[in-house]
Amino acid sequence: MLVGIAATATKKIENVISEKSKIIRKDIKKNKSIYLLVLPIIAFYFIFCYIPIIGTVISFEDFTMKLGNTYLQNILESQWVGFKHFISFFNNINFKRVFFNTFKISFITILFSFPAPIILALLINEIRSITFKRVVQTITYLPHFISLVVICGLIKSFTSDTGIISMLISQFTGGMPMNLLNDKNCFIPIYVFSEIWQTIGWNSIIYIAALAGVNQELYESASIDGANRIRQTIHVTIPEIMPTITIMLILKLGNVLNVGYEKILLLYNPLTKPVADVISTFIYEKGLIDRSYSFSTAVGLFNSVVNFTFLFIANQISKKTSEISLW
Amino acid sequence: MILKRTMGEKIFGVIDALFLIILSLCCLYPMIYVLFASLSDSNLLMSHSGIIYKPIGFSLQAYSKVFSNKMIFTGYKNTLFILVFGLAINMIFTTLGAYFLSRRDVYFRKIITFFIVLTMYFSGGLVPTYLTVRSVGLYNTLWAVIIPTAINTYNMIILRTGFYSIPPSLEEAATIDGASTLTILIRILIPLIKPTLAVIALYYAVGNWNSWFYASIYLQDRIKYPLQLILREILISNDTTTMTTSAGAADVEEIGKTIKYATIIISTLPVLFCYPFLQRYFVNGVMIGAVKE
Repeated sequence: MLVGIAATATKKIENVISEKSKIIRKDIKKNKSIYLLVLPIIAFYFIFCYIPIIGTVISFEDFTMKLGNTYLQNILESQWVGFKHFISFFNNINFKRVFFNTFKISFITILFSFPAPIILALLINEIRSITFKRVVQTITYLPHFISLVVICGLIKSFTSDTGIISMLISQFTGGMPMNLLNDKNCFIPIYVFSEIWQTIGWNSIIYIAALAGVNQELYESASIDGANRIRQTIHVTIPEIMPTITIMLILKLGNVLNVGYEKILLLYNPLTKPVADVISTFIYEKGLIDRSYSFSTAVGLFNSVVNFTFLFIANQISKKTSEISLW
Repeated sequence: MILKRTMGEKIFGVIDALFLIILSLCCLYPMIYVLFASLSDSNLLMSHSGIIYKPIGFSLQAYSKVFSNKMIFTGYKNTLFILVFGLAINMIFTTLGAYFLSRRDVYFRKIITFFIVLTMYFSGGLVPTYLTVRSVGLYNTLWAVIIPTAINTYNMIILRTGFYSIPPSLEEAATIDGASTLTILIRILIPLIKPTLAVIALYYAVGNWNSWFYASIYLQDRIKYPLQLILREILISNDTTTMTTSAGAADVEEIGKTIKYATIIISTLPVLFCYPFLQRYFVNGVMIGAVKE
């Protein structure tokens, strides 16, 4: 009897498989040209996104490159060491400091550069003249397009000991103008201010659009109820753009440990390294300068997982408290 | 909406406008300062401190020094190469990919979409990507800057949204008339989503023009350096030795400053020039990107 049941079960599975494969075969036949068109794209993602993801396995090995071997051979032939690299960076003093720097820089940046575009959008929204609005918007978007190298060049120049910003500051504090980029205490303010300068205009676009979408009747009924502009802003405007603000905030907070290396690489030097070194620059230095490939990949893998967890948690919180989420 | 403005609101309006004017000046002034300083005499600039309203002691010396530096020209040449070929590859790949992702009746679409979107949240990291690019044989070629960044998934999703907005009946009519997939794509769909294509083309173009990091890790020969990398040498690493060999040692620091400013102007001028005309497209892109499907 068991044999009978097994026989009917296998026959059912075979039917399902053959039906599925019929559907697939029909689909491939019908969409052959479409699949052909997308082949290069799939190849791209496989080679440049998924092979590196598979490559993170070297964080569990002592990856060594032998001459004449292919990448795959190097991976397969290197010695497996399990969590050795993960443990070693947990115990590394520099790593703890780097972790703390990342969080500090990121948090302070979010603290100041998140509200700025919103306030700018609110202020622009209050302007009556369309031309004035347009001109302000055009000008404030401009810094976003200037390359990071140029911006850091500007920063270096303006904060050097003969630079305009150093001179202005020394007039306030009454001291000699100094090279501000060599000062540990100045690094984060310089970083955050230049970040605000570069992003305030561009990031305000989405809020300006949200503000433009607010139903004007709400304002009218609020003013009929006796609310002045300030109260209208608090009770009508802010709640209406809250969804936009929330989703932008969860994106930002989800990325709190994800400070990019480019700007810091361009701005830091040995004197400011104790405050400026972040996880991504640590990974860059250990990986591509010191060539500790396995160690660097281990830190990178850890960082990826932590970032994803943060994003996931931020997303869940947003889902629970409002109905907005990324997925 | 006609609301009567009280005196308080009028005052607020004035303060608001003033604040925005100041902010705009702050955004604009650094570039203006750089422009004026690059046209100034280097010694006079050194002795003058603070805000400048016009070039101090008009002089084109900085520019002549910059133009005599061969590396600026090779940098421009390389960046143009990356821009043109990179943009072509970006657009072809992104369009094909977005087209595929928008076909509703393709069996494997959902799972391929999942894996593609997943790459926005997970990546191999710096070292594995570096090792992969090296093992593919792209090291020390300009293609290493172009190919690994061929597709920006976010841009592709924006384009997919554009494809979604085209009614299927158009394609059906074309298929009945015997058009092949490629014909439909090229002759019907692409002309219809030209605005969206323009937007992501601009995003890619700006990205290609400003990119420097991948060039710094994959390129070994200085002759292959794109403009931003040459800039980094001049502006960040303070390497103006190639341009100041004829001057005395005491002049090096001062000349350096005006040369730096002149280099910034020369390399940013294309962007600054095109920007006002193209700004509208960029803003549209943010809107399309914000309205997810």
